[in-house]
Amino acid sequence: MDAILLQILNGLDKGSAYALIALGLTLIFGTLGVVNFAHGAIFMIGAFCAVTLSRLLSLSHPSAEPTGTDFLGNPKFDDVLYVNEWFGETAGAFIIDWSVPLAILFAIPIMVAVGFIMERGLIKHFYKRPHADQILVTFGLAIVLQEVIKYFYGANPIPTPAPEVFRGSFDFGVLLGFEANAIIYPYWRMVYFAFALVLITAVFGFLQFTTFGMVVRAGMADRETVGLLGINIDKRFTIMFAIAACVAGLAGVMYTPINSPNYHMGMDFLVLSFVVVVVGGMGSLPGAVLAGFLLGILESFASMPVMTSLIPGINQIIIYLVAIVVLLTRPRGLMGRRGVMEE
Amino acid sequence: MLGLQAKDFRLLLIVVAMTMLAPFILNPFPVNSAMAQFNAGYPDLMQRFVIFGIFAIGFNILFGLTGYLSFGHAAFLGVGSYAGVWMLKLLTMNVVPAILLSVIVAGLFSVIVGYVSLRRSGIYFSILTLAFAQMSFALAYSVLTPLTNGETGLQLSLDDPRVLGVTQVDGTIPAPHLFGASMRASYDLVLGGWQFTFNVGYYLSAVVLVLAFYLAIRIFRSPFGLMLRAVKSNQQRMSYTGLNLKPYMLAAFVISGMYAGLAGGLMVAMDPLAGAERMQWTASGEVVLMTILGGAGTLIGPVLGAGFIKYFENIFSKINDTVLHQWFGFMPDGLEDVVVFIVHPFIGKGWHLTLGLLFMLVVIFLPGGLVQGGQKIGGLFRRKAPADDSATRKQPAE
Amino acid sequence: MGILEVKNVGKRFGGLKALDNVNLNVMENTVHAIIGPNGAGKSTLLNCLIGKLIPDTGSVMFDGQSVLGRKPHEINQMGISRVFQTPEIFGDLTVFENVMIPIFAKRDGAFRMHAIESVRRETDIVEAAEAMLADVKMLEKRDAHAGSLSRGDKRRLEMAMCLCQQPKLLLLDEPTAGMARADTNNTIDLLKEIKASRPITMCIIEHDMHVVFSLAERITVLAQGTPLVEDTPENIKGHPKVKEAYLGEAAH
Repeated sequence: MDAILLQILNGLDKGSAYALIALGLTLIFGTLGVVNFAHGAIFMIGAFCAVTLSRLLSLSHPSAEPTGTDFLGNPKFDDVLYVNEWFGETAGAFIIDWSVPLAILFAIPIMVAVGFIMERGLIKHFYKRPHADQILVTFGLAIVLQEVIKYFYGANPIPTPAPEVFRGSFDFGVLLGFEANAIIYPYWRMVYFAFALVLITAVFGFLQFTTFGMVVRAGMADRETVGLLGINIDKRFTIMFAIAACVAGLAGVMYTPINSPNYHMGMDFLVLSFVVVVVGGMGSLPGAVLAGFLLGILESFASMPVMTSLIPGINQIIIYLVAIVVLLTRPRGLMGRRGVMEE
Repeated sequence: MLGLQAKDFRLLLIVVAMTMLAPFILNPFPVNSAMAQFNAGYPDLMQRFVIFGIFAIGFNILFGLTGYLSFGHAAFLGVGSYAGVWMLKLLTMNVVPAILLSVIVAGLFSVIVGYVSLRRSGIYFSILTLAFAQMSFALAYSVLTPLTNGETGLQLSLDDPRVLGVTQVDGTIPAPHLFGASMRASYDLVLGGWQFTFNVGYYLSAVVLVLAFYLAIRIFRSPFGLMLRAVKSNQQRMSYTGLNLKPYMLAAFVISGMYAGLAGGLMVAMDPLAGAERMQWTASGEVVLMTILGGAGTLIGPVLGAGFIKYFENIFSKINDTVLHQWFGFMPDGLEDVVVFIVHPFIGKGWHLTLGLLFMLVVIFLPGGLVQGGQKIGGLFRRKAPADDSATRKQPAE
Repeated sequence: MGILEVKNVGKRFGGLKALDNVNLNVMENTVHAIIGPNGAGKSTLLNCLIGKLIPDTGSVMFDGQSVLGRKPHEINQMGISRVFQTPEIFGDLTVFENVMIPIFAKRDGAFRMHAIESVRRETDIVEAAEAMLADVKMLEKRDAHAGSLSRGDKRRLEMAMCLCQQPKLLLLDEPTAGMARADTNNTIDLLKEIKASRPITMCIIEHDMHVVFSLAERITVLAQGTPLVEDTPENIKGHPKVKEAYLGEAAH
């Protein structure tokens, strides 16, 4: 029982990331009708926003120390962090410690800009082109983005720790009446899960309760009719793309303490997120979220020692197997609508 | 000739000439000249040209004719490679059984993958093939380690049983051979400052490429090829014309999977090892790029695309900043540094960046690939060409 | 005995009765039209005939065999060809290739692996295709790109593709929808020619009364999912029930 609970918890953080990326993919697909292979790269750029901010915060400049001289009698220089200089030692230390959550603020304008430039500069020209072309051009873009990041940040993963307070683990087992240490769960993963829930709720709320969201939903259902109403749907779709980019980017920012970001994390997550979208049902937002969490949890179950000793490596292929089975038995996915991408 | 139209026969002759004379064509510069770095006439690289050419020709039969974009074709090449290495380990160092088994195993694997993936079309098909390829990669990388030797990759060893051959020759692993002719055997022809290398392995691959190309022409011009183009054009009309799409698609998928297996088998014959990274989706993406760059749906395009990409991969990877400074040395110092700085990210290890950009540029500006680009340029020079040749424009199959 | 017999066919979509107890009998070598106001169930009926939909009740027999549950290509191989509202042709291929494909399908069945033979060496196919193009006066356009044809020519080509299969039954789904008067008249003439030159059964689903009355030998009027009457054009013209159905629609 406790083992099962633990696996469910373990699956939540990966599931959250899948759900958030798949949500963005579905939004873009549903609104623009574009299959975006560069969406994983957006997730990766988000993660590197966090890396960049923590590097910016640790910028320093040498400053002469008034009291000391070195043994030659020259004035002694110390590296002084700009943050410390500006905000004082305590606040400076706090800001550096909290660089990952702060990176959210830093990332939002960047991700919106990335989404906007991508849509207006490239994707816009591919609405009328075949899906194969869309896949190919965004695939090329994904390679370019990933190589640019590799050029500037190197090929190795860059550890980006969570704030001090979240670095420990929480003993869930005691809370639920199990033995101590039966179910321990890192605080940051709880934060990530909560963050994902907030983000998902925000997106759904936005689509459900604002006029803007209503138009977008109508557009997803039937683009032509909405166009006939004289509503400039394209402009809204651009904004939707930026929002989707933002969601993926923030998912990336917050994921950095769980897995140190590297340049190919985007590709790794993209393939799985596509599988998630297909399993959830192309064009279904709740389907994407549901399938994201389901597959995340399933993957973590498959990684249990019991399972891996039974079928070695099952954790590596379980998602693909499930996807194949789902597509063969329910071709439209778990919650897919009829007529989406059928021709 | 050989059952081909004159036009196609000419094309075949061009490919024969290109492959057979490659050691000359690819080594235009004397060995000791500064331009020698642009020579590509050494066996290893020439083998890669033709092997990836075969891979791309096969991919084009699927993508170029039917429009179904598979993102997992590297899996078939990988599976073929593993099968080939096992044949060399267990049976004989003669490459014929290895290559045959590569083709057969890749064919069988593509029947399974194709049967499942072809239940859906369009983007679903692409994602399904991608999922299969990634799954194969994961299987090869970790799960099936006894068969694939996991991360390290499958290699020959000094104690392979080799039922029909010898385990060791003088304490070393014997080289793959074709009825006694070692794949590694080369003959160097020195003419003045030039040196041309004729390698057995290369010529075996080149002959196979010519045969593969000939078969592709026959398929393109056959009723079967016509049906595949009909699939691309209008599936609805096709089924209301009494044609069953599925077996046609599956046949095309398996044929192109077998081509990939053939390429994998040849790779192993040239260099007997197989690794999981051959199956990764970036590898699948590469063959897509080769096909598109050359011109999907055209006969010669994929061969050109494969050569183009492999050539520039080789050249770009060799260039470093020192070379760049040499090249741009004629410029004023400041400007030279700026130019080197700008070019730097794209060379050496930056080849993938160049590849990605190339991918985007081709899809955006030249969806018909090099062949179409060539025709456009040709059209500019031939002013008298009729303006309404829309049929030839849409089908640059020559 | 008709060549196409529809018996007691019913189809529901949720609470909506799209077809209710439809009986229809298309006699061999006649032109049979199915007319009716919008929403009368014409398209649903057609989709039941070609295997796109499976009715909840009843049977559809063609030439003594049931078509229900069969795939579109199987139904075509039984001898039913279909002309679409907007011409469905192979736009990327040449006119000549467009005509060759159905001839191959007729000769070789739903699938045949002939991957090595050259198309140009299939002399019987080439000759049949040339004859067919000559028949519909499109021989001079044989190497044109089908997608670049005018709409009228596309329609002509689609008919040719259907005819070269020598179908026992040709289904036409609003063949003149959205056409200008002149094009409509051309299509009528083409259909008349076809009818006159060979034994063929046609079943036309049509909205345009002008087309129906110029071609049909028998007419079935469908309203609210059930056939109101079935009769000759002369009798249909003055039939009170028909007037009511159409006036009912007009009064909306």
